[in-house]
Amino acid sequence: MNWRKKTEELVAREIMRFSTYSLILILVFIIAVIFVKGFRALTPDMVLKTPQGGFYYGGEGGVLNAIVGSIYIACGATLIAIILGIPAALYINVSLTKYKRLKNIIRFFLDALWGIPSIVYGAFGFTLMLLMGMNASLISGIIVVALLITPIVVRTFDEILSTIPRGLHEASLALGSTRTEMAYRVLFKQGFSGFITAVLLAFGRGIGDAASVLFTAGYTDLIPTALDEPAATLPLAIFFQLSSPIPEVRERAFAAAAILTIIILIISLAARFLSARYSKTNLR
Amino acid sequence: MYTSVITDTTLPEVNLGIRGNGHHPIVSIQRLNVYAGNHHILKNINLDIPKNKITVLLGPSGCGKTTLLKCMNRLTDLYHELKVTGDVWIDGDNILKSNDNIAALRQKMGLLSQRPYPLPMSIFKNVAYGIKLKGIYDKKLIQYNVEKYLREVGLWEEVKDRLHQPAVGLSIGQQQRLCLARGLAVRPQIILADEPTSALDPISSKIIENLFKELKKNYTIILVTHVLRQAVRLADHVVFMSYGEIIEEGAPADLFKNPATEKLREYIYDGN
Repeated sequence: MNWRKKTEELVAREIMRFSTYSLILILVFIIAVIFVKGFRALTPDMVLKTPQGGFYYGGEGGVLNAIVGSIYIACGATLIAIILGIPAALYINVSLTKYKRLKNIIRFFLDALWGIPSIVYGAFGFTLMLLMGMNASLISGIIVVALLITPIVVRTFDEILSTIPRGLHEASLALGSTRTEMAYRVLFKQGFSGFITAVLLAFGRGIGDAASVLFTAGYTDLIPTALDEPAATLPLAIFFQLSSPIPEVRERAFAAAAILTIIILIISLAARFLSARYSKTNLR
Repeated sequence: MYTSVITDTTLPEVNLGIRGNGHHPIVSIQRLNVYAGNHHILKNINLDIPKNKITVLLGPSGCGKTTLLKCMNRLTDLYHELKVTGDVWIDGDNILKSNDNIAALRQKMGLLSQRPYPLPMSIFKNVAYGIKLKGIYDKKLIQYNVEKYLREVGLWEEVKDRLHQPAVGLSIGQQQRLCLARGLAVRPQIILADEPTSALDPISSKIIENLFKELKKNYTIILVTHVLRQAVRLADHVVFMSYGEIIEEGAPADLFKNPATEKLREYIYDGN
């Protein structure tokens, strides 16, 4: 290898190395800041209690209301996204095989939906609520977050399904499957690990989004017991507490951020573990 | 295994209609044309495939052999760019015109692709899949037939202790035999084989070839290949294609000894 190629090789490798490790470093840095700043407030009470009297002035209690509210909203929205997303992704890859242009148009719209900022979804949901005479509630939050994350489920699952070799479609049809049988018994199974990733990615986005629930789910110190009651969420708990002038309250915002980060890290780990587990039977 | 409790082990026969008596061609292709955009891939194909024989579709890569094979079970439906006209009669049913029972018609044919595509499930479930599609859910009957067809392709002894492990864990040669067993388990009359040994080592290829020689007693085999020697070893009837047209067809002894066209002569010369 001459010196020019050697230099080129060295420089290219160092640039790639720098990019990779700097990204990891940023993540480590973010987590470190959150934990260092919120460490003192990260007590059992934070996760086990709802806000008590004077909580927002540094009083007793925790953010259990926001943890439960966030989990309710993210679970409900993910369930809706799964119910809508699986048939949609399978439809694109099974029923539209002969309609390339239509398939591209649908994918374009889904990508556009994915790209719409969540505050727009929030505003849309708010307008819809007003039209229907609804108040800020758990169900409104669930529906708006579902709208936000369904395109993520559909497109992520769709991408996985589109990488399945045509030979597997042919093999299952040749055995006498109808297209529906092929979709649900073969392709869904083959793409299952990707589907898990899609769902957990969407769940992570749903649980961490503040703007879409700002107007739609409202905020409350209580744990919602019905769908028409308002629900607190962790991103909003962070937002409200971080803007407080009282240092103890700001500390709690970081503790709430740490809780949210832990939830999202658990989801990411679960996604990795589950997709590795379910890809064992897959054609490679 | 399981045999002691089974009284009736046969799966329902595919209804072959009046033409399934051996005197008529099992597949009859008439005026078949396939276009991909402006490209004319298959040009006015007329072909009769004899029953219980190995018919070899021979020709250079890109001559339309695989497309012709895919027209027979209408897998061309999966390709948005293909436009198919003409008639393909599979034992009395025109598969290109039939819309409501296409899945049942496809079960008359087993497919073996260039490389094996095991379904994303266990070895057992791969073979059981097609049986269940026929509406058979009796566990003992399924188990009996899974064993029967795995034995038929010589795979039973190799996999009997790991039936419930993923099929993708098998070697590629074993996977190809599993795909054959899976295809046979739906009790087809015809086996469509698209260069089934092209991804296999010589030993696995030989196993598949020997299986074909056995299977032709009960099945009609349509084999796509570009390997002249394979055609010589296996064919009862040869169809030589070039640039989307059938150039010559006939018994291998006649065709390979006295090729009537320059194209086949050249192919034989280059192949040897």
